[in-house]
Amino acid sequence: MEILMSIAAGILFMAATYLMLSRSLLRIIIGTGLLSHGAHLLLLTMGGLKRGAVPLLGEKAPVYTDALPQALILTAIVISFGVTSFLLVLAYRAYQELGTDDMDKLRGNENHE
Amino acid sequence: MSLLHIVTFSPFLLAIFVPFFYKYIRKVHTGWFVLPLPVLLFAYFTQFISTVSHGNTYEQSFKWIPSLGIDVRLYVDGLSLLFSLLITGIGSLVILYSIYYLSKTKEALNSFYVYLLLFMGAMLGVVLSDNVIVLYTFWELTSLSSFLLIGYWYQREKSRYGAQKSMLITVFGGLAMLGGFILLYIMSGTFSIREMVQNVGTIASHELFIPALILVLLGAFTKSAQFPFHIWLPDAMEAPTPVSAYLHSATMVKAGIYLLARLSPIFADTSVWFVTVSAVGITTLFWGSFSAVKQTDLKGILAFSTISQLGLIMSLIGVGSAALHYEFLGDNIYVVAITAAVFHLINHATFKGSLFMVVGIVDHETGTRDIRKLGGLMSFMPITFTIAIIGCFAMAGLPPFNGFLSKEMFFTGMVHVTKMDIYNMETWGVLFPVLAWIASVFTFVYSMVIVFKTFTGKYQPEKLAKKPHEAPIGMLVPPIILASLVILFGLFPNLLAHSIIEPAMASIMPALLDTGEKFYVHISFWHGWTPELFMTMGVIALGVLLFITVAKWSKLYSLFPQKLALNHFYDRGLSAIDKGSYSFMRLWMTGFLRDYLVYIFAFLIAIVLGTLFVKDAFSMKFDNLAPVGVYEAILIIAMIIAAFMTVLSKSRLTAIIALGMVGYSVALFFILFRAPDLALTQLVIETISTALFLLCFYHLPEMQRLPKKFKFRMNNFLISLGVGVTVTLVALSSHSTKLFDSITQYFVENSYTEAGGKNIVNVILVDFRGFDTLFEITVLGIAAFGIYAMIKLRLTRKESEE
Repeated sequence: MEILMSIAAGILFMAATYLMLSRSLLRIIIGTGLLSHGAHLLLLTMGGLKRGAVPLLGEKAPVYTDALPQALILTAIVISFGVTSFLLVLAYRAYQELGTDDMDKLRGNENHE
Repeated sequence: MSLLHIVTFSPFLLAIFVPFFYKYIRKVHTGWFVLPLPVLLFAYFTQFISTVSHGNTYEQSFKWIPSLGIDVRLYVDGLSLLFSLLITGIGSLVILYSIYYLSKTKEALNSFYVYLLLFMGAMLGVVLSDNVIVLYTFWELTSLSSFLLIGYWYQREKSRYGAQKSMLITVFGGLAMLGGFILLYIMSGTFSIREMVQNVGTIASHELFIPALILVLLGAFTKSAQFPFHIWLPDAMEAPTPVSAYLHSATMVKAGIYLLARLSPIFADTSVWFVTVSAVGITTLFWGSFSAVKQTDLKGILAFSTISQLGLIMSLIGVGSAALHYEFLGDNIYVVAITAAVFHLINHATFKGSLFMVVGIVDHETGTRDIRKLGGLMSFMPITFTIAIIGCFAMAGLPPFNGFLSKEMFFTGMVHVTKMDIYNMETWGVLFPVLAWIASVFTFVYSMVIVFKTFTGKYQPEKLAKKPHEAPIGMLVPPIILASLVILFGLFPNLLAHSIIEPAMASIMPALLDTGEKFYVHISFWHGWTPELFMTMGVIALGVLLFITVAKWSKLYSLFPQKLALNHFYDRGLSAIDKGSYSFMRLWMTGFLRDYLVYIFAFLIAIVLGTLFVKDAFSMKFDNLAPVGVYEAILIIAMIIAAFMTVLSKSRLTAIIALGMVGYSVALFFILFRAPDLALTQLVIETISTALFLLCFYHLPEMQRLPKKFKFRMNNFLISLGVGVTVTLVALSSHSTKLFDSITQYFVENSYTEAGGKNIVNVILVDFRGFDTLFEITVLGIAAFGIYAMIKLRLTRKESEE
């Protein structure tokens, strides 16, 4: 399972990178979204996917799944959400002010370096 | 802090007060307040003559950075005493001269004397320091103050050009020298020159010996204007004439010679030293004297003449190192080269200083330095003319002036090279006397040009800006003193022999002396029909012939292509560096975000995959894996399809929905992998993000301006494939090499007993690792404030509306 998940995360990274290399600002932000999904899955996978009970002590199970990566991912999700929403509003504002979302046009000019 | 330290630092101290003298006592020329100091210092240093001539030395130490072994240790021996006397003696004369040369009302005298004192102190520091780091510090201070003095008339473009050129070249050499000093420290474990000399055995057998030697030579050659680094000196002639007289003939350009002489005991016993120093010296000698003849500016002639004479001294120091191969002092014929070097060093300082002052007088009284406009000044300026004759005849090597003696000894040294049986000198050693002789002929020619083109011939009043007349007496006194010294040393050379030259030689070649033994110099053997005398006669004969016919053969100089001139290479090199770095940056820094991302990703792939490959770190184990379930397999396929849809979709809406699909399938993974809190959060957040994306979708422009169809880009694909493969490989190998178990068991055991909660994830978030959560809250808060500010704060629009 871990091998499969590693490959899946790799594919998410690949798609994310491809999107981040494109011209449209929206596609770049979609790319960052994919990238954080890939990273979260990778965190979970690296913690080990052994079957065990949900990490709730009420279950009284002999083995629980690893709770620490879950806590880390939860933090990461919230942070990436904060950043993504900020980026989205930034893109929205950039378009409002500058009238384009084409990264090649958001380059500055000779006098503006 | 001893008296010697106070003496060395006194020019810096006085420099602080110079602006006050200038500002508050305007009636008196500021130079008068500066003049007493070098005179006093000169008197102070003359005291040491008797100590040093008896073979004793004087030393004072002052701690600066003890933890690094750097202390300001000042050390007076023959060599440093000789230089100190030159610096303070000629310094006094130059300051006296400058008082009459520079106008009290028109010039910024405060900066002039501050720079000059800065230079004097730095130069004293260079010659007295025993610690190489302190020496380097003062060395760079001389470069800096020389830069300031060359650019004294900073409103002229040529001054700025010359100052920049000299700065670039001498600082390049200075940094190389610092490298050499550090290598010496690595080899010997000390910064003190004298301790290095004592450890010369370990240094000479060390593998870093040759690199250190070359770096130190670079420093010396650039400072002393040796070929091919001599090009800065002619451009430094834009400085005021007192500066040229002081820095660029008598003192600073001799710092390189001082350095070589000082480090001779460490380096001189190798063939690299002998060959490099003597070959570079003789090349510079020849090239300088050859180029001097074609100059039309008097200071230009003197600049090239300085280059050539420095080459002469340099080649003598190189040749003199051969003396180390012969054990016995008594019949050691190569010692004469060192004697000649020290003697000529003194002679050159005297006659070149006076010549610069003469040229300054001519410039001052006629308004030009161009020899094509000058002529027939003999009757207007008889005293100046006399000094010029003395200086030039000494420079040309004519009797009875001191230049004659040192030139004879120079020839002796060069003739001895042919008798050498080391370093393959039997074959090409004969080049030395030949080149030396030709160079002397040219020296004779340009010396005559200075005297006779300026002071004899036709008087051309229409070309002169002013009516020429004799200079004021104060301006004449310094060159008169120097010219009298030229005659004095010419007639009574042995005045110097015992007091100055012998101790200086003992500092350069200590290895030749046994305990209690002394060099014995007696410069009197110029009576006698030696080959050197015939060489001098030949120089005079051919020189006179060439001088008379100079108009005919000087056209030869125009045959020399300007493109091969070293200045041309320097200028082209500078602009090539400038343009090259500019176009490199244009090429590299495109301004496109995508290009930078490509650099970053490519670097990441190269480094990570490279490390995996080089360290052979990739490993994959198939034990300890969880079994693949049906649901997971289906979910993976669905997620991968959604991921590809985000990339391949033609419309933004499809891409956003596909991203949402990936997010929800991640949430499903969290359910399958037993993470309920994650699944909850992921579901909520994915919903909000998708809504936000749709908000942007509504406000962002249609994609129609971009290519509608999905356009496959091979480069981007390769890069992203590389990133994906890298991540997968790293994930696989890190999963396969787990070195120790997880610490989760602690949380399982303690989350109820210690923290009172049964949800382990939540207990970790708010109890065990509550700080993470605190700052994650902060992140969200900042994001919210940021978004609010972005939307509400619209300063530019308001401004433009107003």
